[in-house]
Amino acid sequence: MIFGAILAGGIGTRMNISDMPKQFLMLGDKPIIIHTIEKFLMCARFDKIYIGVHSDWLMYMNDLIEKYNLDKERLVCVHGGADRNETIFNIIKQIKIDYASNNDDIVVTHDAVRPFVTSRIIEDNINAALEFGACDTVIKATDTIVRSKDEKTINEIPNRRFMYQGQTPQSFKISLLFNLYNDLNNEEKSVLTDACKICVVRNTPVHLVLGEVANIKITTVTDYKIAMAMVGGINFD
Amino acid sequence: MINCTYQLVYPRTFSVKYSEIDIEKNVIVRPRYMSICHADQRYYLGKRNVSILKKKLPMALIHESCGEVVYDKSGKFKVGQNVVMIPNFPKKVRPGEYENYSLGAKFLSSGYDGFMREFVELPYDRLVPFKDIPLQIATVCEFISVGVHAINRFNLCAHRYRDVIAVWGDGSLSYVIACLLKILFKNAKIIVVGKNKTKLSYFSFVDETYLTDELPSDLKFDHAFECVGAHGSFYAIDDIIRCIRPQGTAMLLGVSEDKVAINTRDILEKGLTLIGCSRSGKVEFESAVNFLKNSVFQRRLMAIIDEAKPVKNISDIHEVFAYDAKNMFKTVFEWNI
Repeated sequence: MIFGAILAGGIGTRMNISDMPKQFLMLGDKPIIIHTIEKFLMCARFDKIYIGVHSDWLMYMNDLIEKYNLDKERLVCVHGGADRNETIFNIIKQIKIDYASNNDDIVVTHDAVRPFVTSRIIEDNINAALEFGACDTVIKATDTIVRSKDEKTINEIPNRRFMYQGQTPQSFKISLLFNLYNDLNNEEKSVLTDACKICVVRNTPVHLVLGEVANIKITTVTDYKIAMAMVGGINFD
Repeated sequence: MINCTYQLVYPRTFSVKYSEIDIEKNVIVRPRYMSICHADQRYYLGKRNVSILKKKLPMALIHESCGEVVYDKSGKFKVGQNVVMIPNFPKKVRPGEYENYSLGAKFLSSGYDGFMREFVELPYDRLVPFKDIPLQIATVCEFISVGVHAINRFNLCAHRYRDVIAVWGDGSLSYVIACLLKILFKNAKIIVVGKNKTKLSYFSFVDETYLTDELPSDLKFDHAFECVGAHGSFYAIDDIIRCIRPQGTAMLLGVSEDKVAINTRDILEKGLTLIGCSRSGKVEFESAVNFLKNSVFQRRLMAIIDEAKPVKNISDIHEVFAYDAKNMFKTVFEWNI
């Protein structure tokens, strides 16, 4: 089976423009997360789409699903975790409760605050996860990446040709990710906040899927302004 | 949901427009295959009048496409169902009138965004479902429907003597018209007149083909379809008027940017009927889908359909237009952007 996992566990401390988590801010006529969920709903290959939401906002999320008349049959809200991976694993645990285990099941995890994801990226993720077991959505780095260990001087400037910027979705065979995560000790779990990194440190290949520059993550006020401008909305001050 | 629309902003320049679409109001279709029409290529190359380009761009191109229903709140279509999309949005149509000529009608890819989008939202009556037709063929349905429309009108308007029917032009539209005439008028002799020997050789199923500069002096036919357009319109219409039998009907389908002088003296003297034909309506889309199920028709169409590589990004869009510019007949491609 193929599952979507929309990660909305955050409570939005970086934006400072609203007390509301950023995924619930309006973009055009709808909250950001509703745009993201709708894009996932357009993919018929998903058997179910799980939404990981911070406990304080679960009821709010359910109300939004009701308000925007989304297809409730295909959506399940679960409690988000303390960090990104914990939210993913809360979703995986729920999938295992709902559907038992199947070695070939895959999950496409995606940030709720990336509403500009395209159906092509989602389809490519599904295909890559089915074929390779794990994949990450990336775009080629355009800025030069500089590495500094002491925050004062440059230690290294890696060759940009080999540099990519990570986006989401990140997609996995559920059994693969589950086993790798359970193999981590608590210290590793606290450091490995990115699910693809768990695969990489355990020498499990992660296939690259080409993303889009427009697939931005709305994290800061500037991102939000850009997103508003992209959909032709009014400027936000 | 935020949708991506790939608009031509200037000739040979595309830009992505992001806009909200309401998934509740209409049926949401993911385009799967598209085919290029001469009109798209003229916009792409900037071969339209500057004032027209200024008025119509930015605009998404392509009005020939089939896709898959991904969402339909009304439940009229099933998710995954294949559909052909109708680009024509008629306004008021009086009983007995054709919807494609209605005043104020909208046509997608002519002043309004065409199908080069991530998703297309259309009212259910602008979709025609199909099955058992390869997507590469179903995508040219709009094109076939234009031919069906012209032949339907011809059948209603032309006198009943149809011993010889001539088709002027050696392009894709002539090919489709000739195919349809061969199926629908089994007793008629179908002749095709064109400029290019190689292209004419594709019309193996018709009774006779002639090069425009080698027309027999005694050539006579009852009716004609002009599918030439552009600078060739003048010569084609002139030849048709000269060779057609009195009281014949000439269906005009070729588009010309310039005004075309025609020999009205002979039109009057012979009592000819000239009928302009453009685009098509839903009824003809439905007929076209039925024709496309015909295996003979499908096989004949395959001869002129050339599949370019799938389009996954904007640079692929440029490649597919370059491919089409060198292609003698129809270019189709998978839309996977």
